[in-house]
Amino acid sequence: METRFLELKNISKSFGRVSALDQVNFFIKGESEIVALIGDNGAGKSTLIKIISGVYTPDSGEIHIRGEKVDRWSVTQARAAGIETVYQDRALVLQQTIARNIFMGRERTGVLGFVKGRLQLAEADRLMRTIGFTSRVFAADSVVAKLSGGERQGVAIARALYFQADLMILDEPTTALSLTESEKVCDFIRRAKEGGTSCIFISHNIYHAYDVAERFVVLDRGKVVLETDRQHTTAEQLVKDMQEIARCNQEGSA
Amino acid sequence: MFIILAAAMVFVVASGEIDLSFGSIVGLAGWAFALTLEAGLSPCLGVLFAVIVGALAGFINGVIVTRLGLSSLVSTLGMGFLIRGLINVGTQGEGTPVTFLRDTPFYNTFIGNIRGFPVHMLWALGFVALSVLLFNYHKFGTRISCVGDNLESSREMGINVATIKTLAFVYVGIASAIVAIQFTLTNQIFYPTIGEGLLMIVLAAVFVGGTPGWGGIGTIMGAALGACIVGVITSGIVAAGISHLFTDFFYGLIMILALMGHKLNEPRYRY
Amino acid sequence: MAVLDKKPKSLDLSEEFRRPGRGITDFLDKNRRALSALLVFVILMLFFLIANPKVFLGTGIYEAVFTSLPIRIVLVLPLVFVIVSGEIDLSFVSNMTLSLWAFAATAKAGWNPFLSALLAVSVGGFVGLVNGLLVTRVGLPSLMTTLGMSFLLQGLAIGGARGPGTTGIPLTFLEGTPFYNIFVGRIGNLPAQMVWALVFLVVATLLFNYHKFGSHVCCVGDNLESSREMGIHTARVKTLAFVYMGMAAGIAGVLYGLIYGVFFARFKPGDLMLAVLASAFIGGTPTWGGVGTMIGALFGACTVRFIQTGIIEAGLTGFWTQFFNGLIVLLALAAHKLHEPRYRY
Repeated sequence: METRFLELKNISKSFGRVSALDQVNFFIKGESEIVALIGDNGAGKSTLIKIISGVYTPDSGEIHIRGEKVDRWSVTQARAAGIETVYQDRALVLQQTIARNIFMGRERTGVLGFVKGRLQLAEADRLMRTIGFTSRVFAADSVVAKLSGGERQGVAIARALYFQADLMILDEPTTALSLTESEKVCDFIRRAKEGGTSCIFISHNIYHAYDVAERFVVLDRGKVVLETDRQHTTAEQLVKDMQEIARCNQEGSA
Repeated sequence: MFIILAAAMVFVVASGEIDLSFGSIVGLAGWAFALTLEAGLSPCLGVLFAVIVGALAGFINGVIVTRLGLSSLVSTLGMGFLIRGLINVGTQGEGTPVTFLRDTPFYNTFIGNIRGFPVHMLWALGFVALSVLLFNYHKFGTRISCVGDNLESSREMGINVATIKTLAFVYVGIASAIVAIQFTLTNQIFYPTIGEGLLMIVLAAVFVGGTPGWGGIGTIMGAALGACIVGVITSGIVAAGISHLFTDFFYGLIMILALMGHKLNEPRYRY
Repeated sequence: MAVLDKKPKSLDLSEEFRRPGRGITDFLDKNRRALSALLVFVILMLFFLIANPKVFLGTGIYEAVFTSLPIRIVLVLPLVFVIVSGEIDLSFVSNMTLSLWAFAATAKAGWNPFLSALLAVSVGGFVGLVNGLLVTRVGLPSLMTTLGMSFLLQGLAIGGARGPGTTGIPLTFLEGTPFYNIFVGRIGNLPAQMVWALVFLVVATLLFNYHKFGSHVCCVGDNLESSREMGIHTARVKTLAFVYMGMAAGIAGVLYGLIYGVFFARFKPGDLMLAVLASAFIGGTPTWGGVGTMIGALFGACTVRFIQTGIIEAGLTGFWTQFFNGLIVLLALAAHKLHEPRYRY
C-alpha cells in the first residue's frame, strides 16, 4: 500500500463529559483525492478537522503524516506539513486588494521589510488564472469587496493553495452561495486536486459533496458509521443512508 | 449638577453612540436663556426657549448621525466646535449678567434652598428618577439597549433605530438646557464659555458609573453615583493637599482606572 | 505536490493588466481619496485667490502658513495610521504639551538641545506605548482611554510646571543656535520646518503604502479576526501605530517650542486637536479603518490651515475659526460619505 499522506488511528476526543470523537479512523491517500466529510450537526466533523489542523489535541490515538507518527501536533506543525484550513468566515479583509489578502501575514518583502508589491501582484494574478478566475471585470489589484461570495471563497482557496497546501480543509464552503457560485467553488476544488492538493470537504449538502468528492466519510455522534466511494453508491443512496442514520438516532433516544 | 448630564448621556452611550458636543449645547441653551431675558421676557419663557434650543441641537446631532450616517464621535466633536464658535461670534465674547433674578420666585424654584437643602439637588434627583424610569422601565429604554447592542437585529425586529438614537440625543440636549439654566442662575451670569470643561467630568461619571463604551448596556444609577464620586474627587484633591492644578490629571486617571476595573469585571461578548 | 511553483518565471502580468487605458482609470480609482482631498484644497485656494488676489499671490501669507503647518502635518500622518488600524487617539496634543515640557525643562537646565529633543520624542513615544498597551493588552476602548489620557497628561504638564499662571518656560535662548537653525531656520524665505515636514511625509508615505507595517495596519483595521487568523500580530501592529503617534507628538512638541519660543502649560488642546482630526478626515481617511491616505491627509491639513487664514483675511474675527472648523469637518465627512460606499459586512 502506498504511503498515505495523513492517517488518524483510533482518535478519541472529549469535551468534559461530551464525547466528540470515539475511536475514529480516518485517512487521506498519498495521491491527491477529494474526501467529503458528512454528518449531522454535532457529529464531530468540526472536531475532527480541528484535530487534523492542529487546533485540538486528541485525548488518545495516533496521527501519522506521510507514514511517520507525529507527537504534539500543533497548528504550526500542521501548516509546515502543508495542511491549510479554509474556515467558514474565510479570514478575508474586504476593503483590501486580492493580492494583499493572499499575502496577508506572509508578505513577500525585500529590504527593510518593504513589500514587493509588483511581485505579489504578478503572483496573485498568475494564481487567479490558474485557479480559473476568468472574469475580466477584476484583477489581482481589485478590492475583494467587489467580488461575489463564490469569488471570495475562491480567493481564500487560492491563498491556501499558494502556500503549498498538500491538504486543504474546507469547512462548509458552499453554504450561502448561489448555484453558479457553488459550482465555481467546486471547480476550484477539482483544479486543486489536479494540481496535486488533496481536499477534505465538509458539507451538509450531499449533492454538492457527491458532485465533487470521490470518497465519503459519514460521521455520527463521534463515530464513523459509513465509508464509501463514488463507485459504490449514488447521491440518492447517500441521502437515504443519512436519513436512516438520523431516524435511528431519533428512535434510539426515544 | 452634572449628574443630570451624566444620566442623560447614558442613553446616548447605551445606544452605541457618543456625544461630545453637550458642553457647547449647554452654552447655546444658556445663550438662548440670556437672550430672552435681555429682551425683557419672562424667565419662564426663557426656560422654554432654552429647552427648545437644547432639544433642537440634540435633534440636529441625531439627524447627522442617523440620516447622514456620519460617525458620532467626529460629527459631535465638530458640532461642539461649530456651536461654540457660533456662540462666541454672536456674543463677541461678552456675557450677560442675570443678577436681577435673584430672590425672585423663579430663582428660588431652580436654585434656592428649602430649609437649607439646595433645590438644584432636588432637580437632579428628579431628573435621575425620571431617567431611571425611562431607561429601566419604559419601552424607550429597552429599545435603546437593543439598538446599542445589535443595530441590525433591532432593525429587523421593527425598532425605528433612527428615531431612538435621535431621541437619545434630544434627551441630552434637554438635559444640557437644564444644566445651562442652573449654571446661569447659580453664577448669576451667562458667559459664553459656560459648559466648557464639562466634557471630561460627565464622561468620567458615565464610565466610572459602569456604562461601557460599546453600547447595549447602561446604568443610570451608576452614572449618578459616578458623578458623585467624580465630584467628590475635586474636593478630595484639595483636601488631600494636592495642588488643584492636578485636577485634570486625576480626572483622567480615575477614568482610565474605572475603565480598567469594569473591563476586568465584565467580559464583552464580542461577536 | 504543490500547485504552483513559488519562483515566478517572469513578472509578466496577464492581459487584463495590459489593457490600454487601464493605467489612468486605475490611478484615479486607487487614489480616489487623495484626489478628492486635493480637489477640495484646490477649490478652496481658487476661492481665496479670487476673493483676495493681493494677499494670496504674495509670499507673506505662505511664509506664515508654512511656519505652523508643519506641526499639523507631523501630527496628522501618524494619526492616520492609528485611525486606519481601527482606533483613535485624542491624546496627542496633550502628549505634545508634555513632551515639550520635557524638552523645555531640560534645555533650560542646560542640556544639549539635541538630547532634550531626544528625550521629548522618547517621552512622546512612551506615552504612545502606554496608550497602545491600554488598548491592546487591557482591551480598553481607544476613544475613552485616549480622552482620559489627554486630561491626565494635561494635568501632569500643568501640575508639573507648577501653575498655569506662570508664563511657562521661555525658549528664546535657543534662537540662533545651530539646533534652532537646523530645524526652524530659514532657507531663503522658506521655514526649515516645512522641509522637515515634507521629509516626514515621504517617510510616512513609504511606510504606509510600501512597507509591511502599512499593509498590516490596513488589514488589522479592516478585519481584526481575519488578520489574527492569518497570523498577523494585531496587538503589536496597533501598539506600534500608537507609539508612532506618540513619537510624532514629541517631535511636534519640540517644533512648537522652537517656533513659538515658549512652553506654556495651559495650552488648550481643543482647537489643535480638532484641526488635526479634521485634517485626517477631510483628507479622505474614513472613520471605520482599513483604508487611508497620507497624501490626502497632507491636503487636508493644508485645507484646514488655510481656512483659518482665509477667515482672518476675509475680515472675520478669530471667533469664526472654531465655527468654520466644525462646519468643515461636518461637510467633509458628509462629502466623503456620499462619495464612497462603505463595504459593511
